[in-house]
Amino acid sequence: MTPALSVRGLRKSFGRNEVLRGIDLDVCEHEVVCLIGASGSGKSTLLRCLNLLEPIDAGTIVVRGEEITAPGVDVNRVRRGIGIVFQSFNLFPHMTVLRNVTLGPRKVLGLPREQAEAQATELLARFGLADKRHDYPDRLSGGQQQRAAIARALAMKPELMLLDEVTSALDPELIAEVLDVIRELAAEGMTMLIATHEMGFARDIANRVCFLDAGVILEEGPPEQIFSSPREPRTKQFLQRIVEAGRL
Amino acid sequence: MIRRGDGRRTVLVALVSTAVLFTALGFAIVNSPGWPQVREAFFNGHRFAADFPGIASAFLLNVKLFAIAEALILPLALLLAVLRGLPGPVFFPIRALAIAYVDFFRGIPTILLILLLGFGAPSLDLSWVPQGEFFWGTTALVLIYTAYVSEVYRAGIESVHPSQEAAARSLGLSRLQGLRYVIVPQAVRRVIPPLLNDFIGLQKDTALVSTLGVIEALQQASIDTNATFNFTPYLAAAVLFVAITIPLTRFTDWLVARDRARRQAAGVAA
Repeated sequence: MTPALSVRGLRKSFGRNEVLRGIDLDVCEHEVVCLIGASGSGKSTLLRCLNLLEPIDAGTIVVRGEEITAPGVDVNRVRRGIGIVFQSFNLFPHMTVLRNVTLGPRKVLGLPREQAEAQATELLARFGLADKRHDYPDRLSGGQQQRAAIARALAMKPELMLLDEVTSALDPELIAEVLDVIRELAAEGMTMLIATHEMGFARDIANRVCFLDAGVILEEGPPEQIFSSPREPRTKQFLQRIVEAGRL
Repeated sequence: MIRRGDGRRTVLVALVSTAVLFTALGFAIVNSPGWPQVREAFFNGHRFAADFPGIASAFLLNVKLFAIAEALILPLALLLAVLRGLPGPVFFPIRALAIAYVDFFRGIPTILLILLLGFGAPSLDLSWVPQGEFFWGTTALVLIYTAYVSEVYRAGIESVHPSQEAAARSLGLSRLQGLRYVIVPQAVRRVIPPLLNDFIGLQKDTALVSTLGVIEALQQASIDTNATFNFTPYLAAAVLFVAITIPLTRFTDWLVARDRARRQAAGVAA
C-alpha cells in the first residue's frame, strides 16, 4: 500500500537557523499521527513545509505516490488535497462563516454557489455552527472559530489533514469542543498529522506518536510505548516536564 | 435624572462657549481698521451674485476632471501596488519599474508636471491622442495621484497579516485569487480614510489645470476678478470647492461606520 504521506530527508533553515535537520516520516491511509515536542522543535515548520507554504531546502515529500516537491508541480493543485488548520484559526475576517467555508470550493473547485453553500451548511451543522453561518468570525468564540476553520479545510474534501496545535490559542474550557470534532474525523478514517501539546488527547487518538527534538524525529512508536516507556532520555525528560506541568 | 441634567448642561456649555468665541472673532475682524475695504474687495454681495453662476458652471469642469481622474487612478494605483508586491527574482524588473514610477511622480511638483505635459506634449504632434489642455492636465493629475494612491494601497496590503495569505493559499487559491478575495478586500477597508484624503487633495488640485488656460472654476474666477478688480469671485470658487469636499468627508465617515455596524450587527440580523 502506498502511504498517504512519505517524507525523506527533509531539511529547512531560516537564515542560519536550521529548524528541520532531516525528517523521515510516513503516514498511512486512515492513520492518525501525533507530533509532540517542545516549542521550537520544528513541529509547525514541518506542517507548513508539507503543505508547501514554506519552500524546503532538501529532501522529498511524496503524497499518495506523487512527489510534490518535484520541480514544475502545480502547488495549487497539491494544496487542494491537503487541508491545514492553524493555531490562530486564520479565518477571513471580512467574510461570514459561510463564505469562509465556501470560498475554496467555489473559486478553486468551481462548485456553483448553491451547491457549495449546501455542502458548507451541512458541514457547519455537523460541527454545531449552523446558526452561526451568517456571522462574521469576530462574533464567534475561539472554539467556534477553530471549528469553522476545520470546516473550511474539510470543505475542500482533502485526503490528508494537517493540524497545527489547533487548541493552543483556546481558553481551557473551549478545548474539548474542538478535540471532539477531531476525534469524530479520526473515527471516520481521516488521515491526519497532528502537532499538539495535549498529551492526553494524543494518547487517546494517535495510532502513532512522533517525538520531535532539535529538528529530527528522535523517537516514534505507539502512544502506550512513547508515554509509558520512552526509550530516549530526551523523550523521558520532555514527558517528565509535561507531567510536572500537570498536562498529562 | 442627574445624568440627563448633566447631558443638557454639557450641550449648553458647548453652545455658549462656541457663541462667545465666534462673536469675539467676528467682532475683532469687523472692527479692524481695514475691514470696510476688505468687505468691499472680498465679500461683495453684488459681485458674488453676479459671478457665482458662471463660476459654478465652470466648476462642473473641475468635477468632470476629478471624476475621470479618480476612475482611472483607483484601478491603476491598485495595479501598481500589486505589481510592486510581486515576489521572486523573475519579477525584479517589474518591481524596479514600479518603484521608479512612484519615486519620480511623487517627487515632481504637480504644477510642474501639468506645465510640462500641457505645453510640451502637444508639440509631439501625436495624432492618436486627444488634443487639448484638458486632456493633458487630467493626464498629469492621473500620473501623480496614481503614485500617491498606490502607496496607500501598498500600506494596506502590507498591513494584512501574512497568515491570511497562508490560509488562502492553503485552500489551493492562486496568488492572484488570494489577493483578489482575501488580501485586497481587507486592505481596501483599512485604507478608506487615507484614500479619501487623496481624493480631497485631487479635487483641490484640479484647480491647477487653470495654469494651462482651461476655463475651470479658478480660471473663471480670475477672469471675473480681472474684469472688475474685485476679489469676491475667488471666494465664490472657494465656496464651491468646500461644498464638494466636506460632504465627501462625511460620506466616507458614514461608509466606514456602516461597514463596522454591519459586521457588528450581522449576528443579530441572522
